[in-house]
Amino acid sequence: MAHQYVPNSAPITSKEMLRAIGARDADSIFKDVLKEYLFRGKLNLPPSLTELELKKVVGAILDKNKTTEQVLSFLGAGCWPHVVPEVCNEINSRSEFLTAYTGDVYTDLGRFQALFEFQSLIGDLVSMDAVTYPSYDWATAAGDAIRMALNATGRREILMPRSMSPDRATVMQQYLGSGKVRFFDFDRRTGQADLGDLESKISNKTAAVYLENPTYLGFIEAEADEVGEMAHDSRALFIVGVEPLSLGVVKPPGEYGADIVCGEGQPLGLKQYFGGALLGFVACRDDVGLLNSTGARLITITDTIREGERGFTFALPERVMFAKRAESATFTGTTAVLWAITAAVYLSLLGPAGIRELSQTIMERSHYAAKALGEVPGIRAPVLDSPFFQEFTVNFGRRKVRDVHAALLRSGIQAGKDVSSEFAQLGNTALYCVTEVHTREDIDRLADTLRRALV
Amino acid sequence: MSSRRTTGYRAVSWNEPIVYELGGEGRRGFRVPVSEPELKKAVGDVVRTIPAKMRRDAPPPLPQLSEPEVVRHFIRLSQETFGVDSGINVGVGTCTMKYSPRVNEALVRSPKLTELHPLQDEQHVQGVLELMYRFEGMLCEISGLDAFSLQPRGGAHAVFTNARMIDAYLKDRGEREGKNEIITTVLSHPCNGASPAAAGFKVRTVYPDMKTGIPNIETFKETVSKRTAGLMITDPYDTGVFDTNLGEYIKIVHEVGGLVAIDQANLNSVLGRLRIGDLGADMCQFNLHKSFSTPHASGGPGCSPIGVKKELADYLPAPVIEQYASGYHLNYDRPKSIGKVAEFYGVVPNVIRAYGWVRSMGAEGLLETSAAAVINDNYLIKKLSGIRGVNLPWSRTFPTRLQEARFSLGTLKKETGIGIEELNRRLVDYGVQRLFPGHEPWIVPEPFTPEPSESSPKEDLDRFADIMREVCQEAYRDRGVFRDAPHNCSIHRVDSRTAIDPSRWALTWRAYQRKHGRGRTSRRSRRTG
Repeated sequence: MAHQYVPNSAPITSKEMLRAIGARDADSIFKDVLKEYLFRGKLNLPPSLTELELKKVVGAILDKNKTTEQVLSFLGAGCWPHVVPEVCNEINSRSEFLTAYTGDVYTDLGRFQALFEFQSLIGDLVSMDAVTYPSYDWATAAGDAIRMALNATGRREILMPRSMSPDRATVMQQYLGSGKVRFFDFDRRTGQADLGDLESKISNKTAAVYLENPTYLGFIEAEADEVGEMAHDSRALFIVGVEPLSLGVVKPPGEYGADIVCGEGQPLGLKQYFGGALLGFVACRDDVGLLNSTGARLITITDTIREGERGFTFALPERVMFAKRAESATFTGTTAVLWAITAAVYLSLLGPAGIRELSQTIMERSHYAAKALGEVPGIRAPVLDSPFFQEFTVNFGRRKVRDVHAALLRSGIQAGKDVSSEFAQLGNTALYCVTEVHTREDIDRLADTLRRALV
Repeated sequence: MSSRRTTGYRAVSWNEPIVYELGGEGRRGFRVPVSEPELKKAVGDVVRTIPAKMRRDAPPPLPQLSEPEVVRHFIRLSQETFGVDSGINVGVGTCTMKYSPRVNEALVRSPKLTELHPLQDEQHVQGVLELMYRFEGMLCEISGLDAFSLQPRGGAHAVFTNARMIDAYLKDRGEREGKNEIITTVLSHPCNGASPAAAGFKVRTVYPDMKTGIPNIETFKETVSKRTAGLMITDPYDTGVFDTNLGEYIKIVHEVGGLVAIDQANLNSVLGRLRIGDLGADMCQFNLHKSFSTPHASGGPGCSPIGVKKELADYLPAPVIEQYASGYHLNYDRPKSIGKVAEFYGVVPNVIRAYGWVRSMGAEGLLETSAAAVINDNYLIKKLSGIRGVNLPWSRTFPTRLQEARFSLGTLKKETGIGIEELNRRLVDYGVQRLFPGHEPWIVPEPFTPEPSESSPKEDLDRFADIMREVCQEAYRDRGVFRDAPHNCSIHRVDSRTAIDPSRWALTWRAYQRKHGRGRTSRRSRRTG
């Protein structure tokens, strides 16, 4: 029987084609080409399903999940709950964007233009003139950024803050090659980067200082500009990692000396998807040396032979893996373009006023939550005494985070991330995330439940 | 427009402005939630808590559009994009432009997946973990390998991850010292050079014997030494040739203590026919966006699981999914693991789509897939081979190809001056996707690499071959038509000199305005529609 996805599996067609190529059947071709490598067994896979059966089978398994629509969740830590405009879902379901791949600008003008608009919108958000093709996620974007710095400076050391996500730091270290990472400390009370420690570690070996703002633990680095100056004094580059929605209210890194900016685009119109819908972005100064140090593709706007018509092309095409193979600055390929297009749609919808309002709403709600939690006996929130954006640290004193969170879960609340093993120095501390999706009622419910649990 | 340029095809051409040129002051496309008045009162002016020097003075200068304007703009851009669903994509080899079944799109739109946070308590994510675990099991069966990780987010990323594991394995055994070379072949996907280089290895590239189209075994042997850490290649090659020396390469590399990682991004033509684990390879990688039907998504998200033999399982990225009587568990306690290579656990929606695809196909369906992919390719080879100016290098040593075939327009170029760049600009005038030439360096002159996949109906192959014949005949008959081609696409021939001119290139709208001045925007007053 012909398979519905395989047009020429209809016996009449297949016979006609086999006749044209002079082969008896497919098996004889494989025997001829693969020789002794031919797999002669039969794959042990479950039998094929109809569409109806498949929906039932997968639906039944997915039904075992209990989602953040069914429990009240305060998780962030790299994947954040935000309102996703339906227009984003509509555009990224468009068959043309969904199924295109590597056409050129003549067949895929729309894809090129949408990517140029993605680059432009991110550029305005972070205040940088150059933005690259998307990366997989924040961690790999940061990996690309440090590789750029190693290539551009010819130096081998990267300085990173100990307050950052240990997981992200691990990913970044995969990208070091022969480079080395040194961590600089943070202030125990405020979380702020320890400038003295940084000063003692920075040298003429430093390729770049990496800083996050807001940080993994949610607070805003108040002296980020000084960190940048210190990097530049040592002729090192200054790289800043950002959560993009904060940039409605927080100064963009391009305005405090960043040479390279990276971050996570998931908040820009992408659902949580169990961490499966992430989008890394990298921006930098429009500098030939820096751009020559990245292996990422770059789309530039250009003219066409027709007066007044615009086109697009790849800038510096000879740098990338497809031309240089092992000599390129890094690898590239299939990354996250559909999500970049989605982010472009999202930022176009929000506009300057929308992004400002959203940032403010998030801040108001997260501050309301920190205040409400801080009033619960036995809780300190935020633990770190610094301005913060949407995430903040919550300390439970002598109570184990695990135990408190188990009690919340019994009441239908998914608590924030337990960071007591990642940051033992902060004691029994968790990282809570509050965004525009959390109402005042949600937050009051969390505080009330904690109050009861901690009695 | 002269009639010789018309082909019966005409792409949508909206002359669509850049999004910054649309909309108007004060318009908005989305109403964001604002805080309840009491909540606002309780917290006061929180933005003021940010120290002045870290506060944003003016909001980002994003465009200001209403919702209908945003929708229309991006719908128009989508209409100017040629996807698998739009028409013939036979020319784009190495990409496996197969059909993405719509039922799998429906599966991943479920809120049971979209609204799941990756750090939720494990008891609440048992369903998704079960599907991921089951899918890993299927991949073990399909590959003949013992363990998989779903974490890498693209093919080059997976090859990079495999290189990192080679590094960790050798270090762990105290054998890394002096072993710093990865061997690849020039007809393998270029990431097999770029990714191990990014992982800190020196890469040595083996070239084929130009008489046969595959490396000479003696040349290969000479490249291998005690310094060899591993072999990273694709097979079948990007030429569609299956190199039957593979078993010999594996043996040679193993003899010097190196590991073998085969890039099976494109497994399509050998699905159910060849299991890399059975051949003795240590590691592999599959691209779910190629062989397993997940949509190419304009260039990702992809998802590229990596498979390994038992001996290497400890080095896989953490966490790994394990099954216990109590349920599925994400195990982070993996002391030998290379650690994470990306955030969280991989492109989960693509895992679910691919799981759906394998369940729709079954073992028989996978055989049907590889059979159709290979029959289609060889049928197309027959049809293209007779065209004047076109030839298939190494057709005597390898007359039968697997997933794709690398042709050469060397003769056409010599006889008419029309090479792949010029031909591609004209071909698209006929309403088909462009040809993929070949990765650089070009081993054959003026290459192109079609790959029909199993999704092309025979009529598409006939039509594609007819168009190729027509365009090649045009090259002999009417070279002028190529000069300013394309004539029937969304835009005209672009000025690619911008690409290497820092004073002119602009990667963002703000850079464009800085370099070219605001005056340029007024040229866009001739808007369509």
